[in-house]
Amino acid sequence: MAATAAVAPSGVKAMVINLGPQHPSTHGVLRVRLELEGEQVRACEPIIGYLHTGIEKTFEDLFYQQAIVLTDRIDYVSPLNNNLCYVLAVERLLGVEVPKRCQYIRVIFAELSRIASHLVWLGTSAMDMGAMSPFFYCMQQRELLLDLNEMAAGTRMNPSYLRVGGLMADLPPGFEQKARAFLDGFPHWLETYRGLLDRNPIWQERLVGTARMTLDQALDYGWTGPLLRACGLGRDLRKTNPYSSYEDFEFDVPTETEGDVYARYKVRLREMEESLRIVRQALDRLPQGPWHVDDRRVYPPDKLEIRQSMEALIYHFKLFSEGFMVPPGEVYAAVEGPKGELGCFVVGDGSARPARVHVRGPSFYNLQALPLCVQGGLLADVVAAIGSIDIVLGEVDR
Amino acid sequence: MTELLAALREAFPDVACSVALGQAELTVPRERIRDVARELRARGFRLLLDITAVDRMGERPRFEVVYHLYHLELSDWLRLKVRVDSERPELPSVTGIFPAANWPERECYDMFGIRFTGHPDLRRILMPDDWEGHPLRKDYPLPGLRPLPPLVHPQPEGG
Repeated sequence: MAATAAVAPSGVKAMVINLGPQHPSTHGVLRVRLELEGEQVRACEPIIGYLHTGIEKTFEDLFYQQAIVLTDRIDYVSPLNNNLCYVLAVERLLGVEVPKRCQYIRVIFAELSRIASHLVWLGTSAMDMGAMSPFFYCMQQRELLLDLNEMAAGTRMNPSYLRVGGLMADLPPGFEQKARAFLDGFPHWLETYRGLLDRNPIWQERLVGTARMTLDQALDYGWTGPLLRACGLGRDLRKTNPYSSYEDFEFDVPTETEGDVYARYKVRLREMEESLRIVRQALDRLPQGPWHVDDRRVYPPDKLEIRQSMEALIYHFKLFSEGFMVPPGEVYAAVEGPKGELGCFVVGDGSARPARVHVRGPSFYNLQALPLCVQGGLLADVVAAIGSIDIVLGEVDR
Repeated sequence: MTELLAALREAFPDVACSVALGQAELTVPRERIRDVARELRARGFRLLLDITAVDRMGERPRFEVVYHLYHLELSDWLRLKVRVDSERPELPSVTGIFPAANWPERECYDMFGIRFTGHPDLRRILMPDDWEGHPLRKDYPLPGLRPLPPLVHPQPEGG
């Protein structure tokens, strides 16, 4: 932290400090410029852009199918939700509908990565508050989820498992058992997290009443997801605008009314329970049958077929050398990401590359309201507030 | 939603209204964007989700500024579009109506060079303050306008 002294208009000496960009509690490379009067925050300005990698520009240079790898790197803590939102947009432009089995598998992965994302949030924000053990217990469970990613996609962190028109591959044998083993074991760990934190006096002292936002303020600043639900509005796109067969599953949308950091904590923990419920239902009712569209303009033929049929080989070659054409038009597709409404605005111009892709990263909008949360509070509460907003800088800066 | 669109058509005769791929869209003249935004907010579009722009190089007007709003009761999105030309890429800011517009308008300015008049703090947001050009414009090359300066490792003080 670099500190400089400035004289405030009131004549009181204010101290200006930079929290970040390299600081463990900023969860990445966020820089927050704070103006302090003693320990009190008088002004706060988040300064972003340190992780800007030009993803939206790069999109315009790649085929639609190739660009999926970019979406992983937007919110790298829950990559499969990003995949989903992008492929939904492109499929809508193409007018393609994927089979039920594929939709269910997408739901399974979207929910598992929601849990994975919430585990990172819980572990790191507990560590910010000085609690070391939850971090290890969270990461240990997250490892199991990454194992599942690895089983299905071969990669742990940036799986790029989804494809326009389907998936990279069907679920591998043994996946279901392993996923069920996680589902059976995880409730015990949720109880452990609760046991460690829920009534922990330090946790409560730091969180209850901290960084409070009213529902009106939250709506004004475009808050979505768990943050909005902690303010009392149960808006969840999985219920209000279901996609990928979410209407088939039974689950509740947890809400709280206090709008403080503790309410956000409670909402997210209950969301993990609901995600478990959804994954269990999806596994129980997983339909048999095709897991990608039978449309060779979009999805390549099976590898075995390529070895035997000239025509299949040609389709495969064309698809990977010149991509597929997407009709001109524009579409906004949104999913309920772990951090809020994750939207993808895709403009097609009739060629094989998108004319423009814009990603509405929920963290970008959520972070914008940080000054409102922390003004007048204590310096230490800034750390709690940043943790509770659950930012991923890859998504803020893109 | 259909009824609401019909009502909007009546309220704003100068606004073009269309539905494509199940998504409603209004094309608003530049100087009317504030009135339309205020009216839409009063009619229940409480959430401003996103503001971005599209560079349609070769067309006139060149830029499209795109807003996404959400109606909480009807649970549906609405897309607003304002077209601005490249000679005077400028339009009124809606930060006074939707505080959420602050950062995304800055992002549009940063990436496309579109100016939002009445914005309280229109600075670059993602790129460094002294950056040249606006990266998401179509005439901005992918590798950048000039090569990156060589990396210099500063010597430690007194060493």
